[in-house]
Amino acid sequence: MTAIPLGVPRRLVEFTLDGQEARVPEGSTVLDACRAAGKDVPTLCQGDTLTPKNACRVCVVEVEGSRTLVPACSRRAEPGMEVRTDTERARHSRKVVLELLASSVDLSTTPGAAEWIRDYGAEPDRFGPGAARLDEVPRVDNDLYVRDYDKCILCYKCVDACGEQWQNSFAISVVGRGFDARIAVERDAPLTDSACVYCGNCVEVCPTGALSFKSEFDMRAAGTWDESAQTETTTVCAYCGVGCNLTLHVQDNEIVKVTSPHDNPVTHGNLCIKGRFGYQHVQNRG
Amino acid sequence: MDLRFGDSKPTDEERAAVDALLGPPESSWEGADRSDADLRWARGGRAARDRRDLLLPGLHAINDRIGWISEGALDHLCRRLTVPPAEAYGVATFYAMFSVRPRPATVLHVCTDLACTAAGAQRLCEGVEARLGPGSGVSVERAPCLGLCERAPAALAVRAGDPVRTAVSAPATVEAAVLAASAPDSAPEEPPAVLAVPQAGDPSLSLLRRVGVVDPASLDDYRAHGGYAALRRAFELGPAGVIREVTDSGLLGRGGAAFPTGRKWQATASQPDRPHFLVCNADESEPGTFKDRVIMEGDPYALVEAMTIAGYATGAHRGYLYLRGEYPRAVHRMQCAVDRARTRGLLGDDVLGQGYAFDIEIRRGAGAYICGEETALFNSIEGYRGEPRSKPPFPVEKGLFGKPTAENNVETLVNVLPILTAGAPAYAAVGTARSTGPKLFCVSGSVERPGVYELPFGATLGELLTLAGVRRGLRAVLLGGAAGGFVRPDELDIPLTFEGTREAGTTLGSGVVMAFDDTVPLPRLLLRIAEFFRDESCGQCVPCRVGTVRQEEALRRIAERTGAAAADDIALLREVGRAMRDASICGLGQTAWNAVESAVDRLGAYE
Repeated sequence: MTAIPLGVPRRLVEFTLDGQEARVPEGSTVLDACRAAGKDVPTLCQGDTLTPKNACRVCVVEVEGSRTLVPACSRRAEPGMEVRTDTERARHSRKVVLELLASSVDLSTTPGAAEWIRDYGAEPDRFGPGAARLDEVPRVDNDLYVRDYDKCILCYKCVDACGEQWQNSFAISVVGRGFDARIAVERDAPLTDSACVYCGNCVEVCPTGALSFKSEFDMRAAGTWDESAQTETTTVCAYCGVGCNLTLHVQDNEIVKVTSPHDNPVTHGNLCIKGRFGYQHVQNRG
Repeated sequence: MDLRFGDSKPTDEERAAVDALLGPPESSWEGADRSDADLRWARGGRAARDRRDLLLPGLHAINDRIGWISEGALDHLCRRLTVPPAEAYGVATFYAMFSVRPRPATVLHVCTDLACTAAGAQRLCEGVEARLGPGSGVSVERAPCLGLCERAPAALAVRAGDPVRTAVSAPATVEAAVLAASAPDSAPEEPPAVLAVPQAGDPSLSLLRRVGVVDPASLDDYRAHGGYAALRRAFELGPAGVIREVTDSGLLGRGGAAFPTGRKWQATASQPDRPHFLVCNADESEPGTFKDRVIMEGDPYALVEAMTIAGYATGAHRGYLYLRGEYPRAVHRMQCAVDRARTRGLLGDDVLGQGYAFDIEIRRGAGAYICGEETALFNSIEGYRGEPRSKPPFPVEKGLFGKPTAENNVETLVNVLPILTAGAPAYAAVGTARSTGPKLFCVSGSVERPGVYELPFGATLGELLTLAGVRRGLRAVLLGGAAGGFVRPDELDIPLTFEGTREAGTTLGSGVVMAFDDTVPLPRLLLRIAEFFRDESCGQCVPCRVGTVRQEEALRRIAERTGAAAADDIALLREVGRAMRDASICGLGQTAWNAVESAVDRLGAYE
């Protein structure tokens, strides 16, 4: 199968994917090619609106001639490359990486994690009850969003979204080193004492629920969060003239959170504080 | 970018430390008092952000003067360099030598790594901690390898102030280490570098021949002993000629990866993108390695000359010498050599009157093994966290500041001098067909004469150990440091070449040879290796960040166990180790399991 995006035609790169001929436009990643061919390669830190960081290593595949496995999300397809996505070697690494992650952080709100853990036969418990975990309490220091680093897999997406890739606020960074590395604002202060401008674009890209809307966090705590009962309506933000798309997530006739379509050519999923969080007036019924 | 700073103000001393490095601020936009002109001019923008690479020197300036980095000091530095405080905080917390919490002005780093542990570092630490408890004004920190393995156990005292003072105690006793920490100025001077070269005076030496012979402070002395003959020859040959000579010599990189140097230089030189950079990796932090230190302390001009030749060949006009922060004497001697070479026209706009401009900037590391990884080193110089980049693109294409960069280890560069003075054929005649030239080995542990040895490639491990006076009861030899592998006492006929060690299923790495006799508890040693990697993992990728922790936990569980009782955890170690080797971003995670695996398989450590 061939992936053909809209836009200026690009040259096609021909290579072998699991023994099959594959053709993708120049510049495509191996992951793009896998998805176009309908292959399920798990990813956690890869984001559709961000430059891949390839930090989580669950998307590793085998490339002929490469000493180590390579991350499919960031390796560009090259002519003549021979890629194998489902070898014992790649599956072993994915399984262990899932075990390492699930044994150190809470993946309960990570979409896809439970299925991959089952599919790859990962056993996160086998490191024993004494295995080091993050074990941090959620940080609730403002009314808009909550940071629960017990769920953080250090994918760097929030750092990139807050920094030069989108928001240019540079309020978030990785601090410390190794297992003690954490996502934090300057001096690891409360959010209210930081450079955060509450655009919520970090929440938008967080793949695990480590960053979540205060509304969602509270409803989950109360046991009332029910995604199956929610409707999503995409509309246009009314605050200014830019015309950003908003997707309203509504449960029981209440807006419970606001996201933005990533394929929108204007916002690419990004919003400002008003679009993201300023919806309370809609449901003030006096 | 709209930077937001907190309310904390720097103290006068902190401000002075930063301003001494960067010069006084010119406007209120970068931290000066507000003047009328500031109402009409906004300074900042790209020109200010382009100085981001001064972040690490700035953090050093504060840490050297005060001993730790306060909120106000960090904010002031960020304002001066237009760096977001969150990012600068992320950088400051990355390095082991910095602290963002108050601590005493004096820090005593006591090495607890392999050679020092074998030489009784544990007792030293306990003794020092008993004498320098809270209230002593000294913070005692257990440190990874300080690169003083030939004089183990070792301690390094650093007292903040203007200027910062340092004292090394090695081999250290409790009294000597306490004295170094409480009165660094009056501590006895370090022995000369030549004492780390047991072969000193041997006429067969090539790389080490000047160590102990020349005065490391004197450029004239260096020239009187053949210095700068290689650079003159380089100018005769021209850049392409130098690369041809280096390629023909068969020189392979000595930092551990054994990549052909000529090919790296050729690939850098041929890049159309400009400028090109040369980076010398002098961040040797591999436990058991100290050869670069001995060269820089004993023959500093040799490295200056070699870097100039490498810069000339690769089309670079600027070379960065990234020197590990734990080597104060090497930093001092290299700085002195660079300054004098510049004064004498051997660096600067017109090197040797040949119309070639080249200068060297020294950057101090701040305690991070990972910064020896070439791309992590670039990030560190640029003022970012020392996390490795994903490759491709490779440094020869996009390296330092995104430009084509040739990066070489100190020993690799110094080899270029005999290649040019003797010619490629004569150089290639030394050693074996595939491993040419001389090689430096850092021998430490259970030997009578630890130190840096120079042998032609092809000598056996046994010959080297005999030279160093191996003691009775040899239990194991670690080749290549913590990222290398153990071999048994009955494998001493392994030829010390890249191909020979590979065929024997081990690695030469950077040339570490650590001997351990049967008094050294092997499981304790393996645990120390695991602790080392857990401490030094940058934390970027999952296999390494969590894998190193899980491996350490497993080794802790089986520290006292063998046979069937350890089998489960050995299997677990293998599975995690395999994924780390396959899926980690960089060499640190990929090699973290090597030494322990070799101890299990070759030494039967838990049988």
